[in-house]
Amino acid sequence: MFGLSRSDLRLMCVVLALTLFAPIILNPFPTESAMAQFNAGYPDLMQRFVIFGIFAIGFNILFGLTGYLSFGHAAFLGVGSYACVWMFKLLGYNILPGIVLSVIVAGLFSALIGYVSLRRSGIYFSILTLAFAQMSFALAYSVLSNPKFNLTNGETGLQVYSDDPQWFHSDRLPDLPHLFGIPMRATHQLNIGGWDFQFNFGYYVCAVVLIVAFYLSIRLFRSPFGMMLRAVKSNQQRMTYTGLNPKPYTLAAFVISGMYAGLAGGLLSAMDPLAGAERMQWTASGEVVLMTILGGAGTLIGPVLGAGFIKYFENIFSKINDGVLHSWFSFLPDGLENLMVDLVHPFVGKGWHLTLGLLFMLVVTFLPGGLVEGGQRLGRLLTGRRKASSDAEPNPTPAE
Amino acid sequence: MGLLDVKDVGKRFGGLKALSDVNLSVKDNSVHAIIGPNGAGKSTLLNCLVGKLIPDSGSVLFNGASVLGRKPHEINQLGISRVFQTPEIFGDLTVMENMLIPLLAHRDGAYRLHAYSSVSSEKDLTTRAEEMLDEVNMLDKRNMNAASMSRGDKRRLEMAMCLIQDPKLLLLDEPTAGMARADTNNTIDLLKEIRDKRDITIAIIEHDMHVVFSLADRITVLAQGTPLVEDTPDNIKGHPKVKEAYLGETA
Ligand SMILES: Nc1ncnc2c1ncn2[C@@H]1O[C@H](COP(=O)(O)OP(=O)(O)OP(=O)(O)O)[C@@H](O)[C@H]1O
Ligand SMILES: [Mg+2]
Repeated sequence: MFGLSRSDLRLMCVVLALTLFAPIILNPFPTESAMAQFNAGYPDLMQRFVIFGIFAIGFNILFGLTGYLSFGHAAFLGVGSYACVWMFKLLGYNILPGIVLSVIVAGLFSALIGYVSLRRSGIYFSILTLAFAQMSFALAYSVLSNPKFNLTNGETGLQVYSDDPQWFHSDRLPDLPHLFGIPMRATHQLNIGGWDFQFNFGYYVCAVVLIVAFYLSIRLFRSPFGMMLRAVKSNQQRMTYTGLNPKPYTLAAFVISGMYAGLAGGLLSAMDPLAGAERMQWTASGEVVLMTILGGAGTLIGPVLGAGFIKYFENIFSKINDGVLHSWFSFLPDGLENLMVDLVHPFVGKGWHLTLGLLFMLVVTFLPGGLVEGGQRLGRLLTGRRKASSDAEPNPTPAE
Repeated sequence: MGLLDVKDVGKRFGGLKALSDVNLSVKDNSVHAIIGPNGAGKSTLLNCLVGKLIPDSGSVLFNGASVLGRKPHEINQLGISRVFQTPEIFGDLTVMENMLIPLLAHRDGAYRLHAYSSVSSEKDLTTRAEEMLDEVNMLDKRNMNAASMSRGDKRRLEMAMCLIQDPKLLLLDEPTAGMARADTNNTIDLLKEIRDKRDITIAIIEHDMHVVFSLADRITVLAQGTPLVEDTPDNIKGHPKVKEAYLGETA
């Protein structure tokens, strides 16, 4: 069905269910409970999960399939963000033109950077992409923001001002990003018992885009093109002597992944119409690399999991401060309580990077296939040894 | 004029004359062997034919058209396939995928963006790949990871990958190097079968004289970058110059 094999269809359904029911799944704890701070089911964070999931899916098409490690993909995300805000400024707050333009602009920009960077491979390619992205960051941060020619609004970030043209704006339309009149911020609250679920329109817009993006990536993975990309990673010499030109294949993968990044950038602006240069910084490029590797590079679902994992840490662990810790350990005698708080303190709050770093090290060391491999091992453990005999025969199913 | 004509080809690496004044003509539908001691320039010559190296001088004509200056993938698309001295396959892919890639290259050319159709819907290609795998007795390994196979199997796979493109000219660089006797004999049988069944020309570099004398119609002996003699196997066998090149004897 839909041109998918049975196992891919199952995976698609899992993603569909997870994204559609995320507001419920991510809110397992009642609002009043002590665990409520681990809830992630609020619109802002859920939008981030999905948007960075899209970013990572795209990155994985380049890195997971061809093995070319770009350290500059945040540049395309940033370009997409700016493009979308410009559409808001010129046309109005409907997100559709903005998102379409962000994909197009990111595609063109990545074609340019990809064409130059792909003249080299390995570490040189990575460094070239990093250099381009840092140049883009510098351009956005200062060069392209002067009174005569202000494309990015520098440090402040690009945003919509009341004297912007907004040609298609009318009084009937909301004065913030919307889709044909329905604002992204529209949220339906559902109170059941002690639980408080929020169904946000902006989130569902992102979710639909993610589902389409994921579906397209499955099709690409299973297509002859996807196979050629894996051939690029495996043996370029054999490829050329088989009559294939690896260059356009790699460039196409680069541009496609750049367009995914632009799409993610456009969505970020659509959810919050403010685009800043820091989105292009090398740390942002590094983050998507971490997401992809953590989740499982070259797997379909891995990057989405990795994105969710990292964004969860960034937003939830960073909020645990000493007050919260004291309330957790308050059942202990005073001296012990303070000791425990001091011990845990470096790993939470501002120290969430430390925890993430440790987890990343553990995953990469013990689960080279990322979280997906962890899930597969767990699954095998749970279904027991029943399947062990059938696993023994050579049956290298392509990674899910 | 042959299918492949090499005229006055020379190639230097710095001060080293790897090839000089190489003249060679490979007749259509023949098996042409190139032999010579280590470092004679055999692989270098082959690299000049497939676009990996560009000769400093001379010309290489395939089917009457020059191949010089063309990229390796363009030369392959003209109908020249090459088996390497150490097997070059797609190690991370399955045996079946290794067969499908050359088929796609043959059908769709050097680049085609097929990002939305699925590989499994290519029934025609799968059938042809299965037939070819059957021909080289590897059908049972179709789902194996190519890197996990034995060296002999990798060679056979590489050969199958080249053959499935139906090349006019197949270039083999020591296809039996490092093979056990039994595997070597299998390879000889396979090549004989290919030669008899298909409209194909084979140029083969080989150290193993048993292989050369069982297959070749003509033999060129290369020494220090220059052809010494070109003749039929029977005439080469007792040729004094050949003995000299190989054994360092003064004739
Ligand atoms: N890329 C290169 N750069 C410099 N010298 C090279 C290069 N390739 C080959 N040579 C030299 O050219 C000469 C011919 O090498 P070539 O590999 O063609 O010999 P061969 O006949 O294939 O030998 P063998 O039987 O060992 O495979 C050798 O002296 C080799 O060292
Ligand atoms: Mg050699």
